[in-house]
Amino acid sequence: MSGTGSSKKGLRGSRLMSALSLLILLSGCGDASWNSPYPATDAVSQTVYSSFDERPKHLDPARSYSVNENVFLAQIYEPPLQYHFLLRPYRLTPLSAVEVPVPSYFDAAGNPLPADAPASEIARSDYLIRIQPGIRFQPHPAFAVDAEGRHRYHALSPSDLTGINRLADFPETGSRELTAEDFVYQIKRLAAPWTHSPIAGLMQQHIRGFQALAEQLATAAGQAPLEQIATLRASSLEGVEALDRYSFRISLTGKYPQFAYWLAMPFFAPMPWEAEVFYAQPGMAERNITLDWYPVGTGPFMLSENNPNLRMVLTRNPHFHGETYPTEGMPGDRESGILDDAGKPLPLIDHAIYSLEKESIPRWNKFLQGYYDSSGISSDAFDQAIQIDSQGEPILTEAMREQGISLLTSVEPSIFYLGFNMLDPVIGGDSPRARLLRRAISIAVDFEEFISIFANGRGLVAQSPIPPGIFGHREGESGINPFVYEWRQGHAVRRSLDEARVLMEQAGYPGGMDRETGRALTINYEAVATGPDDRARLNWIRKQFAKLGIELVIRSTDYNRFQDKLRNGTGQVFMFGWNADYPDPENFLFLLYGPHGKVKYQGENAANYANPEFDRLFDEMKFMEDGPERQAILDRLVEIARTDAPWIWGFHPKAFSLHHQWMHNAHPNQMANNTLKYRRIDPALREQLRHDWNRPILWPLWAGAGLLVLLIVPAWWLVRRRERSTAL
Amino acid sequence: MTAYILRRLLYAVPILIGVNLLTFVLFFVVNSPDDMARMHLGEKRVTEEAVQGWKAAHGYDRPLLYNAEASGMARLTETIFFEKSARLFAFQFGSSDDGRDIGYDISQRMWPSLAIAVPVLLVGLAFNISYALFIVFFRATYVDIGSVVLLVAMLSISSLFYIIGGQFLLSKVFHLAPISGYDTGLHAWKFLILPVIVGVIGGIGAGTRWYRTLFLEEVGKDYVRTARAKGLSERLVLFRHVLGNALIPILTGVVVVLPLLFMGSLITESFFGIPGLGSYTIDAISNQDFAIVRAMVFLGAVLYILGLILTDISYTLVDPRVRLQ
Repeated sequence: MSGTGSSKKGLRGSRLMSALSLLILLSGCGDASWNSPYPATDAVSQTVYSSFDERPKHLDPARSYSVNENVFLAQIYEPPLQYHFLLRPYRLTPLSAVEVPVPSYFDAAGNPLPADAPASEIARSDYLIRIQPGIRFQPHPAFAVDAEGRHRYHALSPSDLTGINRLADFPETGSRELTAEDFVYQIKRLAAPWTHSPIAGLMQQHIRGFQALAEQLATAAGQAPLEQIATLRASSLEGVEALDRYSFRISLTGKYPQFAYWLAMPFFAPMPWEAEVFYAQPGMAERNITLDWYPVGTGPFMLSENNPNLRMVLTRNPHFHGETYPTEGMPGDRESGILDDAGKPLPLIDHAIYSLEKESIPRWNKFLQGYYDSSGISSDAFDQAIQIDSQGEPILTEAMREQGISLLTSVEPSIFYLGFNMLDPVIGGDSPRARLLRRAISIAVDFEEFISIFANGRGLVAQSPIPPGIFGHREGESGINPFVYEWRQGHAVRRSLDEARVLMEQAGYPGGMDRETGRALTINYEAVATGPDDRARLNWIRKQFAKLGIELVIRSTDYNRFQDKLRNGTGQVFMFGWNADYPDPENFLFLLYGPHGKVKYQGENAANYANPEFDRLFDEMKFMEDGPERQAILDRLVEIARTDAPWIWGFHPKAFSLHHQWMHNAHPNQMANNTLKYRRIDPALREQLRHDWNRPILWPLWAGAGLLVLLIVPAWWLVRRRERSTAL
Repeated sequence: MTAYILRRLLYAVPILIGVNLLTFVLFFVVNSPDDMARMHLGEKRVTEEAVQGWKAAHGYDRPLLYNAEASGMARLTETIFFEKSARLFAFQFGSSDDGRDIGYDISQRMWPSLAIAVPVLLVGLAFNISYALFIVFFRATYVDIGSVVLLVAMLSISSLFYIIGGQFLLSKVFHLAPISGYDTGLHAWKFLILPVIVGVIGGIGAGTRWYRTLFLEEVGKDYVRTARAKGLSERLVLFRHVLGNALIPILTGVVVVLPLLFMGSLITESFFGIPGLGSYTIDAISNQDFAIVRAMVFLGAVLYILGLILTDISYTLVDPRVRLQ
């Protein structure tokens, strides 16, 4: 009886387990594919799925200065200007402003000057910025008010915060109209020492009264956060003034035409004082409810979930003002379909979900399964995705084309270069000997090979510091660096090693031997090497120098020490890079400007290059409008730099991105980060294809179960037999 | 036993101070407060003034270990070491250098780590012990030899291979589970299947080999022969007597890792996109966030000491001969 009873119980138990398992399977899967990482209910929503691999550190627009943070910030905050989505060269257009401001110039006596006045006469530049009326901030508890109009959450006690752990835990939200004061307040925040804005140092050189305000606010650095905000609101900034509800003026010292580009960065996005007061209340920081974590903007999206250890979710801002899809593009844009949505209200999607993917393999596989709409291409996956056609152009592989994936490429406004420390007595300086040595090395270091081996061909050899797409860059024969290349049959061809060896001989290093000392020339290469993958790259660099008989000593170190060496000028040769802040040649050539020398002035000129003529022409060029005159000066600047060769110009990286067929309006724009609002998807097609591509294959489950039975039954039989067997 | 536990807890204090000091020294040998400031302020256009401002705001403008300008005890207390470490002993982890509350982050991230680590431990333990007993049952036969060969092969394979292979087969080829991701509550189960299967399979080689060795040592002892002589079945001998007596070394291995399950696994969590504690310390090291590094090392040391004490206590439970004094 007991045996029957226990078997019945066992049967009941196993049935219960089976039913539970089935229930879990059904509840979890629904109509979605088994390997779908998303709930089935999201399948047909207007949602873009993407990934990120590094947690954003700052989401406060006054502090953030990183590309991976801009991916989110640019969708949430709206500075006065933006880059046109389609037009090239890159062009500023209004975002929250009514129009792109044209600066007014004044002399030292305050008299107006014409637009073409010499920069030396201009003592002040005024930018009058008029903003669009009717723009409203996203719904946020900081704006919630009670029946009497008092802010609902601006005087919270610790007990009020019981049970509050996220911004979404506040039941009420509100909004208000954007005003000019919000811009003024944000610019004052840039000056506040407690904000730690990375551009404070730069802006104090340009915005009138900025430094004075920073010094005044420094006395308030020890105050409680709410007192600091009160001090900041009460203080005034000489060079920034709200003229009325919808316009404000920024006054600069002298002329600084590049300032307009800064107005397209989140640093100059409006900040409501209510948000700062809300977040500064006692108990908020302890709950991680801070402005650096929960942005408050007027943009097309708002950050509805911020869990950077798992996912970030952007949701359409219900108060977004009526921006529309551009109607103007480049020739061929209409035919390509990128203007199909011209004039439609933005944004074209409701949500964007960014999942944390630290490893490239799962990220790539999820893209192929259709769970990410777009993807970059890691080195591991490059051969799977890209092949080179007979013209030497990258095209998609057959497998990618069959999946309907499209490829977009564009040259990034960046440069990676091999810098010579110009303060070094051997490799640096302006002596003919050192210059010839640098030119010889420039020929020997074959960056075409570097790009091919280490970047899968995703790069363009640089002929000067100015990348393609930036004013001043020249294509073709007139654009080559004649010290390293020659023009043959319509192509730039690297000069031969024999020519480099001749230069070495002229420099006094025949065969790499120093004629004066009789010893082999030894040069130190400063490297940041973190793993075995770097070894191949370092070996490659060593071989390039060895072509000329130069012994290259690799001095690997961590990034901190590497930076120390650059700051102290103790290195000789190093590889470094720069990503443009804005599309102007000034933003690249200032890397060679003497007064920006790293050692003397802690600037961005890591090679410590200084040439008086270059510096003089740079000072002239940076104030000029684009045109033939500016081009002529740029040509001369590039020529001087090529002659002195403080860098081996390296390469400009190429960005490759893949997009599924249901993703529309993907268009490379290397300057604009706020392009999510233009994206459109076809969720029905996506769901259909995801379903087709991810049908669960069940036979392995049955095979596994069968194998288990095949193993257990004989094992059980063996055990029984052994137990029943006699000793002899 | 209470006196013993109290004594062990008191021993832990100097150990924790030592661990803290060592962490502090190692961290600041590699990263100076200036480096930390530059890392947090960004790569571009960082001025010396901004660096000094950041250090002052975050309390890194003081001497590291000894303040020669102060007097009395302040020479030791008005230092970065004291100010950043003293509160740890009250389990106040404070804020990370970018302003996040560390205690809150740990409390949020430990659950996903546990959601993988606990099933892997329990299922792995059950499977490995059963399989080891099965092998011991058939010791010195082809089953034993074949299993040992299989186990040695399995433990020779890198855990990364199991992860990538598991993702390739189960998710990419057969479409049976998500490659990576996570969700909260009951929705998390489908994201846990693959890492748990991979974790269990990846641990079979080393685990079963270890238990097999333990059981083989026990199975040759006199009491086992006595049990057999009394007519007990081999299954009873193995599961009741051999397993019972082999529990001390098993417990040593298991109980000591129990508290560390909170800390998660870096590789598993990175590949499967699990938002656990596995990468918390590594990310903090690469971001030069000393606040998180010191908190996590301190927590790891506390948990390890706790694990050792629990192991000692567990001995008294499985072996009546053991007394803690």
